[in-house]
Amino acid sequence: MKSEAVQPDHRIILKIIEPGSKVLDLGCGTGELMFLLAKEKNAVVQGIELDEKAIYKCVEKGLSVFHSDIDRGLSEYPDKSFDYVILNQTLQQAKKVEYVLEEVFRVGGKVIIGFPNFAHIKARFMLALRGKAPITASLPYRWFNTPNLHFLSISDFRDFCRLKGIKIVKAYHLGLKREIRFWPNLFALNSIFVLTRNARKER
Amino acid sequence: MKEKSVGLVKTEYFTFAKPPHELKLESGLSLGPITLAFETYGKLNKDKNNAILVLHALSGDAHAAGFHEDEKAPGWWDSMIGPGKALDSDKYFVICSNVIGGCKGSTGPSSIDPGSGKPYGLEFPMITISDMVNAQKHLIDHLGIKKLLCVIGGSMGGMQVLQWVANFPNSLQCAIPIAACLKHSPQQIAFDEVGRQAVMADLAWNNGDYYGKEQPERGLAVARMIGHITYMSDQSMEKKFSRKLKDKNYSFQFTTDFEVEGYLRYRGDNFVKRFDANSYLYITKAMDYFDLSGDKLVPGNKRLGVRFLVISFKSDWLYPSYQSEDIVRQLKIKGADATYCEINSTYGHDAFLLEVEEETHLIKHFLNKTFGGYDIVRAYEI
Repeated sequence: MKSEAVQPDHRIILKIIEPGSKVLDLGCGTGELMFLLAKEKNAVVQGIELDEKAIYKCVEKGLSVFHSDIDRGLSEYPDKSFDYVILNQTLQQAKKVEYVLEEVFRVGGKVIIGFPNFAHIKARFMLALRGKAPITASLPYRWFNTPNLHFLSISDFRDFCRLKGIKIVKAYHLGLKREIRFWPNLFALNSIFVLTRNARKER
Repeated sequence: MKEKSVGLVKTEYFTFAKPPHELKLESGLSLGPITLAFETYGKLNKDKNNAILVLHALSGDAHAAGFHEDEKAPGWWDSMIGPGKALDSDKYFVICSNVIGGCKGSTGPSSIDPGSGKPYGLEFPMITISDMVNAQKHLIDHLGIKKLLCVIGGSMGGMQVLQWVANFPNSLQCAIPIAACLKHSPQQIAFDEVGRQAVMADLAWNNGDYYGKEQPERGLAVARMIGHITYMSDQSMEKKFSRKLKDKNYSFQFTTDFEVEGYLRYRGDNFVKRFDANSYLYITKAMDYFDLSGDKLVPGNKRLGVRFLVISFKSDWLYPSYQSEDIVRQLKIKGADATYCEINSTYGHDAFLLEVEEETHLIKHFLNKTFGGYDIVRAYEI
């Protein structure tokens, strides 16, 4: 696969992850990202996905995936089973966000979270001036068919991390084509955060 | 790819465990000599790394694919085994082994006890799933295979798959348990016990001593009827039978008014022609003893080099998906490389024989990637 064909968010995650890492991809979909990580980073990857048809696609690629909701299915894993846990475009669809995050920080060393920014300038215009529920490139759904349960901005997420004692190692913000460096909460469509959290109990 | 049949096949027989080398059973007793019936499809390659062992369910046999001479119906998993099919006989060497305790050519309660010269009957020792698997290992050794590419089976076949993992983790590359469990649940034991009681309540059963006389047909037929109810789902029965009548009107007699009654009677009556009542007792008991829960599937902190594909079916209430999820949970704890898929089917437990398209897709690609080399997949090292 040529890197041009790779989605921008996948390209960033590919850059973050060190070769040979153990990776869990929650909500892995049809496995494009896992495949890339396995192929280019020699990563040991495991996915969790709810959609049956997507699982068939993963198996075609030779990937290992569990058919499960991401709200459960992590509790069996021993602590720090993975170097990275990825939640790319899934967190906003999880039912129990706080519980899921507790679990991913328990089973993973670092956590990568990618989500659409609800405070993008277009979303603000639609809501403030036109009085309509926002639709943007990263939030393409109508109010009646969106799979998203939670709507958050970059700023909201930073507040959340502060509250939960989560350390932001690095943040990447994406526009339609390139990375956004200036005023991301207004101009970024998607963000990717690399996070860690110190273990609650010292061992 | 065009799918074809493996064509005309013959059951073969392998005899081992001749005295004084009897097979030691889990119960502490021993059994020998033992004959196992088996069939093979395809060719073992030079490296002997393309062998797949297929394991059958309660009433199955070694005849999994192709046709026997003078028979119209193909083997029980013909939809999965053959050129171009999920278990591609052009590529793999597929072996299907019968179980001990059975009545399809392998040593079981209807076999002649060399000690007495008469059929074993209840003198046959109690067997377990582990005993079945230990016997199959002799067959695999005999065929000169050190490591199987895959061990696959549904229902009791899936239980044997897991037992293979527990007994011989280094003798297989991947395992595909379908519609199986880590241990028989009280509900499963209960249904088995009702079936056994039906057999034993038949006077013709005569404490298992009926060979040469009349087989306890009524009891065994009732057991099979109960079985068939548990293999279907409410939805599949509605679709297949609804309240359809055999004739136009109710008979107002205890004859078969409804199609579902006719179906169950037909299934029951057919079963007694091809299955031995004592085998039914022994094999269901073996299933009830099955328990690989906790640490028993993968003992201790041993690293498991086996890849798993675990499959369940949404409408299966006899071996519900939560039981497959139990298997998956153990594999996660042990850091094994595994894939799990719950196929959305309405067929109930029978789905493992009927949901061919979905199963084929998963199994074909999974095997292909496992056999084709671990270009991107490899065992976990947690």
